[in-house]
Amino acid sequence: MIGLRLSFSLPDGRRRSDTRLLPEGSLSGPMPWVIAIMIALTVVAAGSGLALRNAARAASADLEGGVTVQIVSAAPAERNRQAEAAIAALRRAPGVASVSRVSQGDLETLLEPWLGTRPGDDLEALPIPALIDLRLAAPASPARLAALRARIAAVAPAARVDAQSAWLAPVFGAIGALQLLAAGLIALLAFATVASVLLASRNALGSHRETIEIVHMLGGTDRQIARVFQRGMAVDAAVGGIAGLLFGGAALLALGRAFAPLGSGLASGAMLGWSDWLALAAIPLAGVALAVVTARLTVLAALREML
Amino acid sequence: MIKPDAEIVQFDNVGLRYGAEREVLSDISFTLYPGCFYFLTGASGAGKTSLLRLLYLAQRPSRGLIRMFGTDAITLPRERLPGFRRRIGVVFQDFRLVPHLSAFDNVALPLRVAGVSEREILRPVADMLDWVGLGDRQHARPATLSGGEQQRVAIARAVIARPDMLVADEPTGNVDPEMAMKLMRLFESLNRLGTTVVVATHDLHLIGKVEGSLLMRLDKGKLADPTGALRYPPRRATVETGLA
Repeated sequence: MIGLRLSFSLPDGRRRSDTRLLPEGSLSGPMPWVIAIMIALTVVAAGSGLALRNAARAASADLEGGVTVQIVSAAPAERNRQAEAAIAALRRAPGVASVSRVSQGDLETLLEPWLGTRPGDDLEALPIPALIDLRLAAPASPARLAALRARIAAVAPAARVDAQSAWLAPVFGAIGALQLLAAGLIALLAFATVASVLLASRNALGSHRETIEIVHMLGGTDRQIARVFQRGMAVDAAVGGIAGLLFGGAALLALGRAFAPLGSGLASGAMLGWSDWLALAAIPLAGVALAVVTARLTVLAALREML
Repeated sequence: MIKPDAEIVQFDNVGLRYGAEREVLSDISFTLYPGCFYFLTGASGAGKTSLLRLLYLAQRPSRGLIRMFGTDAITLPRERLPGFRRRIGVVFQDFRLVPHLSAFDNVALPLRVAGVSEREILRPVADMLDWVGLGDRQHARPATLSGGEQQRVAIARAVIARPDMLVADEPTGNVDPEMAMKLMRLFESLNRLGTTVVVATHDLHLIGKVEGSLLMRLDKGKLADPTGALRYPPRRATVETGLA
């Protein structure tokens, strides 16, 4: 045609030669920041939930086979006699891994914050129960506790046998509630992310409506157009996700440092392991996937309304 | 030249209205054949652009039947529209260039949409831009081009993929007479290669320049057919006479 050479092979449009169909505009809007905030909050919520789970697991493992025997007798001699008799009986009981009596020094240390150590204080004068720490090979079930009570009832009638896990049951309940709260927060943040991406995609569609119509008229498919939006959203979400992970990770480390000096059993158990950090590192990936899928579905749904 | 059994477009009693307004096109019936050159004329507001929109599948009619490339275009599933649109080159009256793309990228757009590799795009697009006299403006954005230059980019974009049918809405409205004739020669060249060309124009002088062309005239939304060539079913004798 008039000295003009137009030679190329026209495929059926399935190849992904859809670059530069639309102005991508990545990193120019607020989307990366919104996603960074969402991911940071999700990382903090998920990290807190994992730390609480770790704390509960550590405490539960410590206390699972733990049993405390108290000899509640006002007479020190009788208290000692029953304690020694109970220890002897318990050592012979099946399923008992170890038996040890809590020393008077340890008892005084335990009670020191409440009773004080001023000169002249005589803790011996107080009817403090004798404590026996018992470790069972298996969890301290009600049946095992009943068997232990029966075994020592004759030699130590003043004995009270309690599973250590029972004392922390309210704490475990509170930890469970906090974990549920963390899961709820994560779900809400995911919902907010979807809503933000949906609004951003609709806004971008509105801005580029004329260009989209032109691309449609030239034979562009909905999928080609959706891919452009997906790609832009993926870049925004990836940058926001990495930033969010860094912010959230830093916040968790700062929280860990703040809790470390507490030194209590629960606090020391609330540490994040490598697998936890790996799970947290997967949050931005999940965020990118969520944003991309949301953008794709939003754009495709809007395009279906055009001819 | 005409193959009556292989019509490329067939309109049968087509009507179009926007919303609750009265019909802008009424009882439109005609047939377009492969390799023919058609001019569409009519006063402003006669419905030329609406008819062209139906031709390039930007609009569905309110009533009537339309067959394109042997397929019912009314019931055509939406996912098959892109394949049909790639067979139609369109020169829009307002050019409709993509503002953020250079002249080169605008012309390359139909090829990219069709999935042609970048390597295969470079030469034809550069040649096409050279041919329309914009070889040195390849990297210019539409906003920096004059009206005539934008129109030439729009025409280059419409013909770059060698469509089966070219639909042009006032394609020479913003160019000088010399460039207008050059563009008509381009359309004729495409037409000789088998492309059906439909040009909407006010320029009656232009119509006489294309030998063997057929005329469609719209008057207040109705198709007047001075040669009788376009009626459906076609008057064979008149069609043949019209092309003789």
